[in-house]
Amino acid sequence: MKVLVPVKRVIDYNVKARVKADGSGVDLANVKMSMNPFDEIAVEEAIRLKEAGVAKEVVAVSCGVAACQETLRTALALGADRAILVESDVELQPLAVAKLLKALCDKESPQLVICGKQAIDDDANQTGQMLAALLGWGQATFASKVVVADGKATVTREVDGGLETLKVSLPAVVTGDLRLNEPRYATLPNIMKAKKKPLETVKPADLGVDVTPRLTTLKVAEPAKRQAGERVADVQQLVAKLRNEAKVIA
Amino acid sequence: MPILVIAEHDDAVLKASTRNTLSAAKKLGGDIHMLVAGHGCAAVAQAAAALDGVAGVKLADDPQLAAHTAESVAALVVSMAAGYSHIVAPATTFGKNFLPRVAALLDVAQISDIVAVEAPDTFVRPIYAGNALATVKSSDAVKVITVRTTGFDAAGDGGSASVAAIAVPPLGATTDLVGRELTVSARPELAAAKIIVSGGRGLGNSENYHKVLEPLADKLGAAMGASRAAVDAGFAPNDYQVGQTGKVVAPQLYLAIGISGAIQHLAGMKDSKVIVAINKDAEAPIFQVADYGLVGDLFEVVPQLVAELG
Ligand SMILES: Cc1cc2nc3c(=O)[nH]c(=O)nc-3n(C[C@H](O)[C@H](O)[C@H](O)COP(=O)(O)OP(=O)(O)OC[C@H]3O[C@@H](n4cnc5c(N)ncnc54)[C@H](O)[C@@H]3O)c2cc1C
Ligand SMILES: Nc1ncnc2c1ncn2[C@@H]1O[C@H](COP(=O)(O)O)[C@@H](O)[C@H]1O
Repeated sequence: MKVLVPVKRVIDYNVKARVKADGSGVDLANVKMSMNPFDEIAVEEAIRLKEAGVAKEVVAVSCGVAACQETLRTALALGADRAILVESDVELQPLAVAKLLKALCDKESPQLVICGKQAIDDDANQTGQMLAALLGWGQATFASKVVVADGKATVTREVDGGLETLKVSLPAVVTGDLRLNEPRYATLPNIMKAKKKPLETVKPADLGVDVTPRLTTLKVAEPAKRQAGERVADVQQLVAKLRNEAKVIA
Repeated sequence: MPILVIAEHDDAVLKASTRNTLSAAKKLGGDIHMLVAGHGCAAVAQAAAALDGVAGVKLADDPQLAAHTAESVAALVVSMAAGYSHIVAPATTFGKNFLPRVAALLDVAQISDIVAVEAPDTFVRPIYAGNALATVKSSDAVKVITVRTTGFDAAGDGGSASVAAIAVPPLGATTDLVGRELTVSARPELAAAKIIVSGGRGLGNSENYHKVLEPLADKLGAAMGASRAAVDAGFAPNDYQVGQTGKVVAPQLYLAIGISGAIQHLAGMKDSKVIVAINKDAEAPIFQVADYGLVGDLFEVVPQLVAELG
């Protein structure tokens, strides 16, 4: 079975995003960029399926600017077999990414697509679900455990009330949550090997996909800052303040 | 044109998130129809009909909808989408699961997690873990939206809409529910609680998490929450996680105990009315958002706090 893993290049999760002074967006110049953390988890899950003999090939895909090649090289260093870059300078919104991934799935026929549950830049949490819908496939989002057997994936999902387990027929789309696994680090020899693995580049037009954004960002602003608080000396003072000043407890 | 709001429920009870979502929908202008989709959910439809601001309830009661899977709910919503200007659901794991499918099948964008409505086609939504607020305008014919519940007050009762049962077409969904392990708790629901006692890695282990925090939560009638580190380490179940990728909460009072205050945690609680931080590290970033900060060892401070509350 072939597994396809979409990986997004995003601001590193340790960096605090800064809004540009002109309100046009977030300042990404000279900011450290990395693979979306949820996608590292997705890559890890795919590689484990390969190591377990369930998957034969792991294909990493990234949609975006030429620099996404770095993200794909990371996926290759972690153990993906080959990579596809869908190169575009246009801002790609989740619907457009889902359409690009659908076109690739039509060509590649994977049995399983493992996405991250959410990109930590747009915080959209949409792409995997949209892809599943466009393909007419089943889905299991927010996965914390995936077992593949007999043409089905049994997936435990983290939901608001606790856990839910679904059985979904393959081909299907799974989106990974934080506790699915702990991703490995790429070793130096594997980073060297990754440089020789195949990385193919295509354009949205080659896939026949119109990626024109549907949402226009009118402005980006900083959220209201919280008023500076105060230190209290002890619990007596804390309780007095909560009762008499903040009036949030009786 | 009317607006379709999808109710969140478990076939027995209407979830509080539905009320916040309804308040957001009221700002869009247009009659509001509420869809109650499930199996054996007639009581929920009655509860929906009593909400203030609902013009009509559509009840889709069918065995195909028993598991509330994304595939089945999305197929149903798409089958009845014609004629609606907006399709709206809460940005909970329920709404996030099925609504992007609806958007894709209608070939429109989804606007995730809105916190304000500027105009019927223009919305504000947090991005980058809430470090920026984007105002976005949709050019699509139908606006498909999930609502961040903390952005809107809960709509009250007082309505008396009629309930119309709708015929459910074959939905063609093949995903099966194997089972659910829901967290049972007598405490208030985290997302709707007035007070939250939240614990982090500083608690050290699961036993301490419960032993130290539960007496405080009992005293305050509070819900309990946790940081990702605490959930990862097994101190608390996954549905306790507060943050960018967990639950977003905005209680009257949030007590962060043994939590450092990483960006991703702050994203889920910094809109709380009053924040208290208890941490032994005076430099911990949580103090930057705390209204009241107490530097100290939580194992001493929390029991003292319980005693002081009397
Ligand atoms: C993609 C991604 C998504 C994430 N999503 C979330 C999310 O949704 N929610 C979330 O919370 N995190 C999230 N995180 C994790 C986040 O980055 C932090 O790692 C996490 O919040 C840290 O948890 P913590 O504060 O409990 O632990 P730590 O950062 O280890 O802090 C423990 C604190 O306890 C204090 N302490 C220790 N002992 C005591 C004592 N005896 N008395 C008093 N204080 C004490 C320490 O001083 C320290 O400040 C995410 C990370 C990534 C990469
Ligand atoms: N530009 C992209 N390239 C590759 N994968 C993407 C891209 N955007 C989103 N994805 C995938 O979709 C997931 C969810 O992203 P989002 O819907 O934007 O929150 C990510 O974790 C990735 O797996």
